[in-house]
Amino acid sequence: MKRTLFDKIWDAHVVAEEAGRPAVLYVDLHLVHEVTSPQAFAGLAARGLPVRRPERTVATMDHSIPTTKLVVVDDAARAQLRRLADNCAKHSITLYDTESHQQGIVHVIGPELGLTQPGMTIVCGDSHTSTHGAFGALAFGIGTSEVEHVLASQCLLQRKPKTLEVRFEGELPAGASAKDLVLAMIAELGVGGATGHVIEYTGPAIRALDMEGRMTVCNMSIEAGARAGMIAPDETTFAWLAGRPHAPQGAAFAKAVAGWCELHTDDGAQFDRTLVIDASQLAPMITFGTNPGMGIPITSAVPSPDDAEPAQRNALAKALRYMGLQPGEPLLGRPIDVVFIGSCTNARLTDMRVAANVMRGNKVAAGVRVLVVPGSKDVKRAAEAEGLDQVFRDAGAEWRDPGCSMCIAMNGDAIEPGQYAVSTSNRNFEGRQGRGGRTFLASPATAAAAAITGRITDVRTLMPTTGGER
Amino acid sequence: MTPFKTLTSRAVVLAADDVDTDQIIPARFLKGTAKTGLAAHLFADWRTQPGFPLLGTPDTSGAQILITGINFGCGSSREHAPWALVDYGFRAIIARSFADIFKENATKNGLLPIALPAAACSQIERVVNAQASTQLHVDLASERVSLPDGTSFTFPIDPFAKHCLLGGLDELGYILAFSERITAYEQR
Repeated sequence: MKRTLFDKIWDAHVVAEEAGRPAVLYVDLHLVHEVTSPQAFAGLAARGLPVRRPERTVATMDHSIPTTKLVVVDDAARAQLRRLADNCAKHSITLYDTESHQQGIVHVIGPELGLTQPGMTIVCGDSHTSTHGAFGALAFGIGTSEVEHVLASQCLLQRKPKTLEVRFEGELPAGASAKDLVLAMIAELGVGGATGHVIEYTGPAIRALDMEGRMTVCNMSIEAGARAGMIAPDETTFAWLAGRPHAPQGAAFAKAVAGWCELHTDDGAQFDRTLVIDASQLAPMITFGTNPGMGIPITSAVPSPDDAEPAQRNALAKALRYMGLQPGEPLLGRPIDVVFIGSCTNARLTDMRVAANVMRGNKVAAGVRVLVVPGSKDVKRAAEAEGLDQVFRDAGAEWRDPGCSMCIAMNGDAIEPGQYAVSTSNRNFEGRQGRGGRTFLASPATAAAAAITGRITDVRTLMPTTGGER
Repeated sequence: MTPFKTLTSRAVVLAADDVDTDQIIPARFLKGTAKTGLAAHLFADWRTQPGFPLLGTPDTSGAQILITGINFGCGSSREHAPWALVDYGFRAIIARSFADIFKENATKNGLLPIALPAAACSQIERVVNAQASTQLHVDLASERVSLPDGTSFTFPIDPFAKHCLLGGLDELGYILAFSERITAYEQR
């Protein structure tokens, strides 16, 4: 029987499956944060149940914490953070709190610590858990009821999803990055296009990505409706994992790699659907609307509702009204107010490097606020060791402490009503980055270019000799 | 969980596709530690806008059914979305389609996701828009939603989700019944 990568991991984790019932699926790693866990722990307490496997559970504080030395934004956030600390202490769960040297965004620190490994099932009460699929894991977001199920049983009830192969042929051109690749895919599929499916990303353009780029791609699988996205592990994966604190060490690592090498889709295995995208034709992408599927090449004009499918006309018109954009107008040259470089999508060391390369020796444009928020303390330290913080500070950007920050705007980092932001995060929903705020999603290179010009800018025009990376 | 067997109620129409969970309940209201008390924040940034059809008008008060478009509940996994809908009084949502995580979260809170084809949705919408007091009838056992004139539409529902909704059962009990199998799995 020829099997896909997804099939192999799924099959290895089915504990039980009764006819007409969802499978009882074992969870290898359960990641927890402050926002989606308190009600789950309360449910456990109400039932008088312990956490079944605290050593398979790892918690961090990321969503509502401040990214400056200032205090927590309000009493509710403070109480929620305290609740997480109490719950973790009570149940002997490792917590990377704000004092920890390894704290960071949950989807940044999991891989960084080597907790995320090929072949695992990984869940978290957070839709961007799909990020961890970059390592050849089956990783997906769950609701708080399911967080409670996993705490109590280390299992989840799951109906087997369908599989979708997205194959990126060719080579990404200079100036285009992993972010552009995934934004192009979501524009093609639409925000609901992969609902009910797990995506496996394949093809030469995926193989050529570093792990950070692969995480960026898998991270945004949910923005096309897929709960999970995955990439078969290879030498790039193994090299990235070697020596990580929680990865197997020494001879155990070599043995683990031998097993991980089996984690690929067999020749001749069938996917339920396949989508092929020619990566060599891609350009830097940017969104113009109010969901991540509303993306275009940065040199394109804003589409007109009149040209859209009838079913999408109203949504498009509504999005353009919210964004204050006219059909047919170019985005290039449009003034912006804020630039946010951060989030579980694009706050890793290579993202920081790409942004710093564009900003080095330049000044942030007058009147533009630029926040650079590293994804973890590790990323922050590594960036500072390379002097990247100084590049950002010299340019006039704010260099912050790790957290979700302005991606979800729960911690006080927010854009003002009516403002425009170019953001490296994952969602441009109405008000996502602050009530009334308007978001253009783009890559770190494109965001950095906007920071220094104050306008939506094709980064390729700033870096004619080297081109942008990633 | 409150069992869901049948429901007869007025409905309100939210004529939008891809309604994301950031709209259903914005992130700034996710700092609590309880599942209750979230009704006040349901569609917080939309309900203050003139003409928003959903909330606080005599026509719509008491409606327990929401009718909406494609891919309802996309985006974040926050279970606060169904908690807020249920806290407000909704028991069923009729849509062209649902986002995966939202659908899972909804059924775990006694909120029935009813996915119907475009033509059926349009017909129900037309009737409700013509007369706001229209009572729709939902029967989960027979998987049908009916208009007052007797026209009815069948909707798909996962058999296990149906079983749990009808009985008011929660999934954890089912999972924990496999405790020995889970232990055996861990000891392989």
